[in-house]
Amino acid sequence: MKNFSLLSARAGALFFSPAAALVGAFVIVPFFWVIFVSFTNRTLLGKTALNPEFVGFDNYIALFNMSTFFTRGQFGFSLILTIQFVLLSALVGQALLGMVLAWLLQSTPKNVKVFSESAVIVAWILPEVVIGFAWFAFLDYDNGTLNMLVTSLGLEPGDWLLENPFWVIVFFNTWRGAAFSMMLFNSAFSSIPPSYFQAADVAGATSFQKFKDIALPLIKGHVVTDLILITMWTFNVFTPFLLTNGGPSYRTELLSIYTYRVAFKDFEFGKGAAVGVVIMLINLAFALVYLRIAKQKNKGTA
Amino acid sequence: MSKLRSYALGLAAATALAGPAMATDVTITCRCVEGGVNSAAAVWLKTTVIPGFEKMMKATGKDVTVNFKEFAGKDEQLTQQLALDFSTGAGADVSSFDGFLIPNFVDAGLLKPLEDVAGAEVNNWEGWSHISEGSKELMSYGGKAYGIALGTDSRMIFVRKDIFAQAGLDADTWQPTSWEDVLDAARTIKKAMPKSAPLQLNAGVSMGEATTMQGYWMAILGTGEGMLDESGKWIVSSQGILDTLNLYKTIYIDEKLGDKRAQLLGDGRNRTFANFRDGKTAMLVEGDWFYRSVTKPGAEFEVKDRDVNMTWKKMPAQEPGKGFRGQDFVTMSGGTGFVINPNTKAPKESWALLSYMNSKEQLDAFQAINPRVRIRDDVWIPNSDFLTETSQTLLPLTTARPNNAHYNKVSVAVQRMTEAVVSGEQTPEEAMAQYKSDVIAIVGEENTVSKL
Repeated sequence: MKNFSLLSARAGALFFSPAAALVGAFVIVPFFWVIFVSFTNRTLLGKTALNPEFVGFDNYIALFNMSTFFTRGQFGFSLILTIQFVLLSALVGQALLGMVLAWLLQSTPKNVKVFSESAVIVAWILPEVVIGFAWFAFLDYDNGTLNMLVTSLGLEPGDWLLENPFWVIVFFNTWRGAAFSMMLFNSAFSSIPPSYFQAADVAGATSFQKFKDIALPLIKGHVVTDLILITMWTFNVFTPFLLTNGGPSYRTELLSIYTYRVAFKDFEFGKGAAVGVVIMLINLAFALVYLRIAKQKNKGTA
Repeated sequence: MSKLRSYALGLAAATALAGPAMATDVTITCRCVEGGVNSAAAVWLKTTVIPGFEKMMKATGKDVTVNFKEFAGKDEQLTQQLALDFSTGAGADVSSFDGFLIPNFVDAGLLKPLEDVAGAEVNNWEGWSHISEGSKELMSYGGKAYGIALGTDSRMIFVRKDIFAQAGLDADTWQPTSWEDVLDAARTIKKAMPKSAPLQLNAGVSMGEATTMQGYWMAILGTGEGMLDESGKWIVSSQGILDTLNLYKTIYIDEKLGDKRAQLLGDGRNRTFANFRDGKTAMLVEGDWFYRSVTKPGAEFEVKDRDVNMTWKKMPAQEPGKGFRGQDFVTMSGGTGFVINPNTKAPKESWALLSYMNSKEQLDAFQAINPRVRIRDDVWIPNSDFLTETSQTLLPLTTARPNNAHYNKVSVAVQRMTEAVVSGEQTPEEAMAQYKSDVIAIVGEENTVSKL
């Protein structure tokens, strides 16, 4: 038995090593590389492409330069835009819509439930590029399906991508991500013993009262998990790029798109890396909060 | 027995020759797709250049296989791809390349002079004696050649005669001599056809270099200015910039003479082409390929009865005599060609391919597929009224982009400035102020000049 466990430890190490090597090569090394590059003036073209210099915190100082911070096309502008985007599309859109859908599903007949679930989950499983282009075509001013519907109702067609690009991406991201919240809340609601609701029914509670006083307190942990996860995802989401290219005129340049633009269109790798590090720190803060809450939750149930 | 011996001998011979006779692979890429963007170039490479080259190499005892990669992305995406490839030692051996990027790539150490890559035989190429110094410049920097241009081009206003006629204008006799003339024609058409977008002058970031070359330059030259002053400093605020931005504002915001959607959305370039094809746009400022290739019979944006319905006009200065160098009319020229990847493992074969592509025989074959003005003086010039007229009229008036390593970044700043105005986000004054700070950040304040 002792030999066996020794063997298995070695074998374990052996089996683990390819994964460790991959994680090292593709996660850990790039992680430190990005941090290193963020302290240089490395570019893709021009004199500092192959001979970058160490510039200390210059890239970070430039990002937080208050005289231009909120100017269109600068870091602060994208940061504010992203916060609005997260609030509207993740917290209000995805979480709230997901919860309403999940609650409604609780009291629907089984076949309706299966159908609605599948319909929402389609948004979740379709490849990003496919839905990006599909939405682009859907919203087109001249030939888009949406305007055909709008005009058939006798209304004025809208120039959605040009006039309301921010609301387009908010709506898009809500549509795209609501399935996750719905699934999460659906399973949470389903885990509540039916007897609780039956007792409430006997007491004559309305659906809203049952939701507010029974369901919500019981799934609080799920709500926090959901909010933190979708906030982190929405901070990094890149698909709106397919719809609006970050424009027109920066009006939809979220932080992820801003980073891409700085690094791969302006070719400023050093500055792009600095933005990446800042986003990483923001996400790290969310992750720490999440871990803390998860730990407390485990303690509570233990 | 003798059979066995011949096998053995054959094997020995094959082993002995294996070194020198090993097949060499050369990869060539261009922003071209058969049936898509720059289709003619893809067809030419596939049907003529590659088979001819492989056969020629075989005749000299070399086994060379050419792999062809079609690249369907935008110009900017090809630039990204090439910069990443060249900085990591990857990428095709021979690649299409826009001449204006050469200074920037060279400064980055991402391109080497042809003679450094492939050796002295580059300078012995027979073709150089048929290429003028000016044409050689299109793919050169600091007096050294980095590639060979396929040809040069010019820009003008393309006009839909049938749409003009519908608005009661005679396109044949019409030649605008000022911006106001162009705007007046657009106003007349807009009045007759309120849903049309009669005039298109490129703007915005999505259009990339097409905004700078076929939009901004065509206007700013008309004000008598360029992007740099006589001493080589970047002009960051001036009456010319303001007038140019106000022209954009007049077209897209104040009078809605142009389709701003076609400038601001991701697929804008194709929308401008489609608008012209569909008669929604009557005047489009574009390059000569728009006639040669984009609208030709069978192409995606084919203009029906093209030579009846379509013509071209010179781009006027703001007012007569007010243009660059005191000209009445202005135009721009650029050049794209092919370069050799400095990391190529087959430099000799790559040069052999590049020079073979630019041989008289191969360019003659290209002329049969897609005639244009080539840079070799011994290449047959097709009997085309369009090419003859445009090259004779416009090339004497033309201007080239500054051969400057900062150019492509400043060009993006120009695209942002025009986008801010056309989208209505900023006034011309605000957009110019933003441009000023952008350009100062790129080139340093000491290399800029304010004229206001």
